[in-house]
Amino acid sequence: MGGEGAIATGRRRVAGYRPLPGVPDEMLDKNGQVRPLWRNLVAHLDALSDEDLTRDLARADRYLLDSGVFYRQYGEGQSTERPWPLSHIPVLLAEDDWARIGRALTQRADLLEAVMADLYGPNELVASGRLPATLVAGNPEWLRPMVGIKPRGGHFLHFLAFELGRGPDGQWWVLADRTQAPSGAGYALENRVAISRAYSELYPDGNVHRLAGFFRDFRDALQAQSRERDGRVAILTPGPMNETYYEHAYIARYLGFTLLEGDDLGVSNDRLMVRTVQGMRQVDVLWRRLDGQYADPLELNPASRIGTPGMVAALRSGAVAMVNSLGSGVLETRALMAFLPQLAPDLVGAPLAMPNIATWWCGTETARAAVRSSPRRMVLADALTTHPPFDPADDLTRAVTLSPQELDRRLSRQGGDLVAQEAVTLSTTPALVEGKLVPRPMTLRVYLARTADGWAVMPGGFARIGSASEASAVAMQKGGAAADVWVVGRDPVPVITLARQAGSADKRQAAGGLPARAADNLFWLGRYAERAEGIVRLMRAYHTRMAEAGAAGAPLLAGFDPLLRQMGIDTPDPIPQKLLDNLAAAIGSASSVRDRFSPDAWSALHDIDRSARRMARTVSPGDDAARALSALLRKLAGISGLVHENMYRFVGWRFLTIGRLHERAMGMAALLAVLCDPDAPEGALDLAIEVGDSVLTHRRRFALNASRASVIDLLVLDPLNPRALRHQIDGLREQVDMLPAANDHGALSPLARDALRLHTDLATAEPETLTTEALWALRGRIASLSDVLTTTYFH
Amino acid sequence: MLYRLRLSIGYDFARPTGAGRQLLRISPADLPGLQEVQQASITITPKPTERSTFTDFFGNEVTQLVLPAGLTQVRFDMAGRVLRLEDETELDLSATLDGLRADLNEVTDLGPHSPHHFLRPSPRIPQVGPIADFARKACTAAATMREAVECLGLALHDYMRFDARATEVDTPVAAAFAGRHGVCQDFSQIMVSGLRSFGIPAAYVSGFLRTVPPPGKPRLEGADAMHAWVRAWTGAEAGWCEYDPTNACFVGADHVTIGYGRDYGDVAPVTGSMRLAGGQSTSHSVDILAED
Repeated sequence: MGGEGAIATGRRRVAGYRPLPGVPDEMLDKNGQVRPLWRNLVAHLDALSDEDLTRDLARADRYLLDSGVFYRQYGEGQSTERPWPLSHIPVLLAEDDWARIGRALTQRADLLEAVMADLYGPNELVASGRLPATLVAGNPEWLRPMVGIKPRGGHFLHFLAFELGRGPDGQWWVLADRTQAPSGAGYALENRVAISRAYSELYPDGNVHRLAGFFRDFRDALQAQSRERDGRVAILTPGPMNETYYEHAYIARYLGFTLLEGDDLGVSNDRLMVRTVQGMRQVDVLWRRLDGQYADPLELNPASRIGTPGMVAALRSGAVAMVNSLGSGVLETRALMAFLPQLAPDLVGAPLAMPNIATWWCGTETARAAVRSSPRRMVLADALTTHPPFDPADDLTRAVTLSPQELDRRLSRQGGDLVAQEAVTLSTTPALVEGKLVPRPMTLRVYLARTADGWAVMPGGFARIGSASEASAVAMQKGGAAADVWVVGRDPVPVITLARQAGSADKRQAAGGLPARAADNLFWLGRYAERAEGIVRLMRAYHTRMAEAGAAGAPLLAGFDPLLRQMGIDTPDPIPQKLLDNLAAAIGSASSVRDRFSPDAWSALHDIDRSARRMARTVSPGDDAARALSALLRKLAGISGLVHENMYRFVGWRFLTIGRLHERAMGMAALLAVLCDPDAPEGALDLAIEVGDSVLTHRRRFALNASRASVIDLLVLDPLNPRALRHQIDGLREQVDMLPAANDHGALSPLARDALRLHTDLATAEPETLTTEALWALRGRIASLSDVLTTTYFH
Repeated sequence: MLYRLRLSIGYDFARPTGAGRQLLRISPADLPGLQEVQQASITITPKPTERSTFTDFFGNEVTQLVLPAGLTQVRFDMAGRVLRLEDETELDLSATLDGLRADLNEVTDLGPHSPHHFLRPSPRIPQVGPIADFARKACTAAATMREAVECLGLALHDYMRFDARATEVDTPVAAAFAGRHGVCQDFSQIMVSGLRSFGIPAAYVSGFLRTVPPPGKPRLEGADAMHAWVRAWTGAEAGWCEYDPTNACFVGADHVTIGYGRDYGDVAPVTGSMRLAGGQSTSHSVDILAED
């Protein structure tokens, strides 16, 4: 980025930038001058041609796409995955300003902790009249079963987020406290990686504070909470249908914690246990990402299907530390903001260092009078709502839209159920729209985590940027975007990694303990992917023959029928629905184990799915189909490569591999039973060799036309042929033997015994004994291995 | 009145169950000045793998247990001796509706018996328009809150038909009211809904009723099973009063209390996976005998 380039092109990106009247702007000061903090960024943008800028920004989008960053959007009765809406211009804040924000929010976090401790303890705030009883007693987020339960370690709150906005006077205001299970920290990390790629020249030397240290400290703090010798830290997610599941999996992978669903857990002797393929293992620190009332259907919401019966009992006994304590959602109650300013001096010894948005709980005459006197600046909502600001689900009424009589009636009839807040105006920050910077409203989300040294503030975070100039446009569901936040220092900042600092205690995460559900999903992922490959091979052979023989090939094509039926394919379309179903099922399984599955393999899987769906619309039977299917086969091979060359041989990999071997063995047994049958049409043996991907080997080994014996030899008995049945059974036996508790100094588990018997029978079989019936029987024995595996490890 | 209590709840399963965690709320409550538990014990057959007790938010004693997997039969038996004292209150000290609201504003207590817990809709007792309308009509003549409780109770008793087969444990309040039938659970939850629609704090009470009535008195409805009634907060001076809409009477020495909650869900006798297991049948018997 040369200074001359900047001069030559002028300030074209900011030329038309006009902040809204009376609204402060992050980039320009009152006089319309670019603030010193932003000069490097503006110069950088000005120096780039449109093409270069587009190319640079595309790197950020490419990164997000390749990593599969998405969030789930709900609407019209269905939910869809949406690409992450990144705003390409970061928000810049000076480190001094950031330090002030951090100090103010640290005070607020302490205040919230004190309120929480009271609401779930002595309830003196209500008893002394400082909080209205109805705000607590009528609040669905106040979880009565948690009252009186002291959190292990003494603290209720460990991870918080605050939504801030900058008012007309340039001061920051707290718009909302996020205390239940704040989301977005993982997205902030992804935003950072993406944006740093787009600004790969500017970012490294831009004195931008790094985020990794914050996560490292919080990870260490969570691990330090674990007390059991074999205890572990886990993240509890509502599951893949949750709007921010991607983030749960991402954080779990980033920090090295196990990702669990409620169903993975059970409570035994008041201890929280996870069902793993190695048996029950204790979890004693849980970072929950689901709302408190869903955590335990027995003592909390009985309709919850994502909770763990007995969770409250485990907390009552102190056997588990929960981040944040169940019931912390009560602090998000909007009407509570009316009381926090008065509570602060008492509970934290000083007035609030940063105000929250002016709020009135309409249960008192004073508050009602305040609302009546200036309806123009008031917005009414349910007093107990916990929606974040600008949430589309929020039921807001601008007081000014009501007639004075109607306003009066509502206030006097339902005052206690209402909260009034000042209508929000937000500062603006630049967004890039068609190559130009334009001012857009923004809110800032700041994260705090409790560590050994007190609250740590993430130096950065994420900003929500409006899609239009009104404040409500920041909602992502309304087209708003997320921007990276750069806290810029005066001096170079140290580069931080997640690696532990020298001298810190080395407390390794207890090894092993693959959750049974994850193992189940990996096994089925292996099966679905292999089944998809089997279908592709078969259909390719079919359409190749069709292309070669034309209409004359009809009798041979008819020979495919039993195979197609076997695979559940009704009509031999180039891309049968069955293939698409299998790919969708593979993605479904993979999405449940995203914390354990390589991002590369994940995006490769999506790529195949997209290709197959496109081909299903465009490809015509015959040669065209054969070529398309060959392309799919190459892509599938790519996934196998990514998984098998790059995945560490943890027990999870074994289940994936067993799934693949098992499915391939099943497929091969059926293929041969059909095609090597004495009544099979002519050419069936050649077909078996082709679908078995062994044409070259057969030619080399037998140098003659295919016979039943040669095919059985090559595709059943030959251990060196990676497509042969024997090869799959060798692999199965080997992997099964290494599963937990399979082979204890020679004492075999039922599964290992079955696998060994199958292996021995096949290894000693004579080709002539392998009749059609024998092949079907063999397939039955392979199928029953799956049943035994399921009851042994997944239940 | 001294009672000997016996409760037995049994489950038969068509298929063996998985291991399950359960909560039982079937022990009589110790209520100073009103009810004294001299002895109470719960027997679980077969023996659970884990068992302990705790007191829930509303002060009810809860037995938590884990049953082993593979059961086809489970029985919970409670046996006890309880001294129930007669509540002699005849004098109406309850507030007017405006007085009640003022009294409520003065209550800054969030303990188990605070009226604030029982004012808003609860999971099983939502606001139901027709019930609110019914309650308003029934109580037009009531000057005090105690009168309102009695008026609504009598009106409901007239309007509804006791029918042990018409509703299930999960039948919504609105449906039971629309069908004009149900058991004590339905009568009580409907009445709670009606009282709350006025702003009268109302709780759901689970308990027992004496099986054999005192000489010369009729046998009461609901005596052969666990029973339920209503507790309403009628102002600072009078406090709580209890009314049994199934039998159209204020609660006296014939009733033995197990526990209080916002609705049935808070005091369900058995909570847990047992109710979810398929193909089960339930038996349920109660024996409450007066000893003197």
